Amino acid sequence: MSARNQPMPPSPSRRNFLRVGAAAGGGLLVGFSLAGCKPEKRNETPPEAAVGKAASKAAEEAPGLEHGAFIRIDRTGAVTLIMHKVEMGQGTFTSMPMLLAEELEVDLSKVKLEQAPADNSLYSDPLLGGQVTGGSTSVRAAWEPLRQAGAAARLVLVDAAAQAWNVKAGECTAKNGVVTHAASGRSMHYGELVDAASKLPVPKVIVLKKASDFTLIGKKHARLDSPEKVNGQAKFGIDVRLPNMLVATVAASPVPGGMLQSADETKAMAVKGVRQVLKIDNAVAVVAEHMWAAKQGLAALEPVWSDGQHAAMTTATIVADMKNAAESGKGAAVARNDGDVSKPAPQGGRVIEAVYEMPFLAHATMEPMNCTVDLRADGCDLYVGTQVPTFAQGAAAKLTGLPPEKVRVHNHYLGGGFGRRLEVDFIAQAVAFAKQVKQPVKFVWTREEDVQHDMYRPYYYDRLSATLDDKGKPLSWSHRVTGSSIMARFAPPAVKDGVDPDAVEGAKDMPYAIPNVRVEYVRHEPPVPTAFWRGVGPTHNIFVVESFIDELAAASKQDPLTFRRDLLDKSPRMRAVLNLAAEKASWDKPLQPIPGRRVGRGLSTQFAFGSYMAQVAEVSVGDDGEVRVHRVVCAVDCGQVVNPDTVVAQIESGVIFGLTAALWNEITFDKGRVQQSNFHDYRMMRMNEAPRIEVHIAQSSDAPGGIGEPGTAAAAPALANAVYAATGQRQRKLPIVAAQLKKA
Amino acid sequence: MPAFTLNGNSTTLDLPDDMPLLWAIRDVAGLTGTKFGCGIAQCGACTVHVDGAPVRSCVTPLSAVAGKKVVTIEAIEQDPVGQRVQAAWREIDVVQCGYCQSGQVMSATALLHDKPNPSDADIDTAMAGNICRCGTYSRIRAAIKIAAAKPTSQEPRS
Repeated sequence: MSARNQPMPPSPSRRNFLRVGAAAGGGLLVGFSLAGCKPEKRNETPPEAAVGKAASKAAEEAPGLEHGAFIRIDRTGAVTLIMHKVEMGQGTFTSMPMLLAEELEVDLSKVKLEQAPADNSLYSDPLLGGQVTGGSTSVRAAWEPLRQAGAAARLVLVDAAAQAWNVKAGECTAKNGVVTHAASGRSMHYGELVDAASKLPVPKVIVLKKASDFTLIGKKHARLDSPEKVNGQAKFGIDVRLPNMLVATVAASPVPGGMLQSADETKAMAVKGVRQVLKIDNAVAVVAEHMWAAKQGLAALEPVWSDGQHAAMTTATIVADMKNAAESGKGAAVARNDGDVSKPAPQGGRVIEAVYEMPFLAHATMEPMNCTVDLRADGCDLYVGTQVPTFAQGAAAKLTGLPPEKVRVHNHYLGGGFGRRLEVDFIAQAVAFAKQVKQPVKFVWTREEDVQHDMYRPYYYDRLSATLDDKGKPLSWSHRVTGSSIMARFAPPAVKDGVDPDAVEGAKDMPYAIPNVRVEYVRHEPPVPTAFWRGVGPTHNIFVVESFIDELAAASKQDPLTFRRDLLDKSPRMRAVLNLAAEKASWDKPLQPIPGRRVGRGLSTQFAFGSYMAQVAEVSVGDDGEVRVHRVVCAVDCGQVVNPDTVVAQIESGVIFGLTAALWNEITFDKGRVQQSNFHDYRMMRMNEAPRIEVHIAQSSDAPGGIGEPGTAAAAPALANAVYAATGQRQRKLPIVAAQLKKA
Repeated sequence: MPAFTLNGNSTTLDLPDDMPLLWAIRDVAGLTGTKFGCGIAQCGACTVHVDGAPVRSCVTPLSAVAGKKVVTIEAIEQDPVGQRVQAAWREIDVVQCGYCQSGQVMSATALLHDKPNPSDADIDTAMAGNICRCGTYSRIRAAIKIAAAKPTSQEPRS
């Protein structure tokens, strides 16, 4: 059992995080700090979260109740949770209320959600250091404080009832929104108690439930956002409609760093419905009565660009520069150095070397980038779906000169995030344009703009070498990661001694017990904007590590499962998921042959985002080289599960996301321009291509691990290793190229 | 100025004949359940029914729906099959981010009208045009089978 289930000591600092008070117009308010739990080592340095200052003046105090209290219980007993996290599919709008309702003892249907405003001082994630949804942290960070807040609210409600009945609180029980004194048969519902409870002090001791007493946590619960997502009522940023609102679509310089030279406004203005043409340094927008007129106006504009210094850039030039940086190792920062990797291989041993490359990737969220701006002299309202509301607020404040508290962010459902909406480039662009318009405008990117002006998952160039002894046992492991540093831009203090913790995550903490390990990072910035992508650092490094360990197994002529297992003596949870995945995938039995196709099975393991995972992929490869994924078996130990069906759903989702990219996706450049533009050339996995996915969850009462991203990171190496098993061809560069897998 | 029926209401919009139905529905009629995903009939997020058939509204000019019946996600609950599909979607929690799901529900409803007991191959054919970036495909397939298995008459109105 986890220490988290033990009674909380009556620590004064702890109690300062919780406040109880009265709501205007009646009701109980509970304020609390998410920072109640200890930050993990990872990401302990906060990103420079608000570019401007957050709207709250209470930054130095415990969260006040005058604004932004977290929980409100009204006189009808309805509970409102102010949601500090966004819902982008990962299920937070169900898991967060579950944490609260478990301890508050209310029916989940009684908990309503409100999107939190932008305010770092109240809604900052302790694992991320800002009001950020990302890094698979939501449940991990809220696990303790949300349950404590629920318990505190329940305790004051019970105290209020006990006082009203003049009995001891310990004789009363709370269940289903009702406090009962069994001995006298009296009961009152929460709504009747809120006013009295709001005058009571925060309880001195808060004892959280034992895992064995959970009634909600760990049990399958239907998503609370399902109904409005199947009837068209769910509102995404792109669905915003304001009185007097116009619609605009934009075109930015096709080459990074390029500038707008001219655009023929007269042709655009001649399109019926077009109202205005807007120009900023590097982009142009057409404002119209509806998107169709805006699109036609934009097409008529024929903007002329000065391409700037990257006019001749191609993928080949980018990779050549990166390769030089990687091979020279100049400025390499050491992320890990155990033992001495320079020792030569012993007699009868050997050295294995490989280079792995991963492409630039677009996020391609289903909802294209958009932001609605209502900018007035006295303030600015942003209507958007964003993973970083305070970044959006800060960016708008900076551009408009307004104080941050005059910038209000109205957050919405995100039609996919995957890290794309951790960036505010499109929001800043919309605000810059909006300064030229006198009414609210919804700025919507076309899919082409979305693909060609994304901030891409970095290109990575990884050099690896290992020495094996005469029995094939690894003695040393060297891994040099080369690529751009997202952290250096996003959260500069996180980069220490030249090591970007994200760029080496999954490499530095490579799980295999090898006596000599060295991991280096070479920062190399291509002239292409880069950003986080689902699975962040691990999505790159797990592929490289798990592919290379597979190479070592093959070089030692050992079974990939046995080879890994022998190196995981000190990682019992990892071994357990590996064994579980192998067993469920019948690893020891041969695959069914498929006539005319080569079949193979590959596996991967990973520890990332606080969760252990193993995947086994089954593939077949046609004579033409076409790869089909038939089945993926996944075992996961993500600690205490909150909503098991969400864990399964997130892994199903992550696997498809990872496979899609590994099979087909890359952003390439020619003449400085992105060559892909829409789903016809940036291919998505479809229904008829999706494998059967089986998820097996290991029972655990350890603290929860993240689940939104692990499935993605583990998928590509399992796939690539399966392709190797089927064809004998190692996949050292993604995406997999079918033409190279043609049967000889 | 094509006239058509939108979710049972006769509609005349002062819009050009070549304007895609998608933008008329979203930006002019104000029904935002139908989504913009690609603009080139690649993703299916904009799927609506025109005289019962699933069409990609992003490439369907208004002239093509003149005199026809257009049904969007907002009205699919009035279709007994659509209602079953929605119930099945809720029953096994198909949705994640949810952005593509209006289109998925519309395509699935059209499929079940056409083939009340679709095979896996039928499902692949009917649904391959609808991209889900959250990868909810296995649940979509399962939900279609659940919806197919439930006769309409037994479906309680939610």
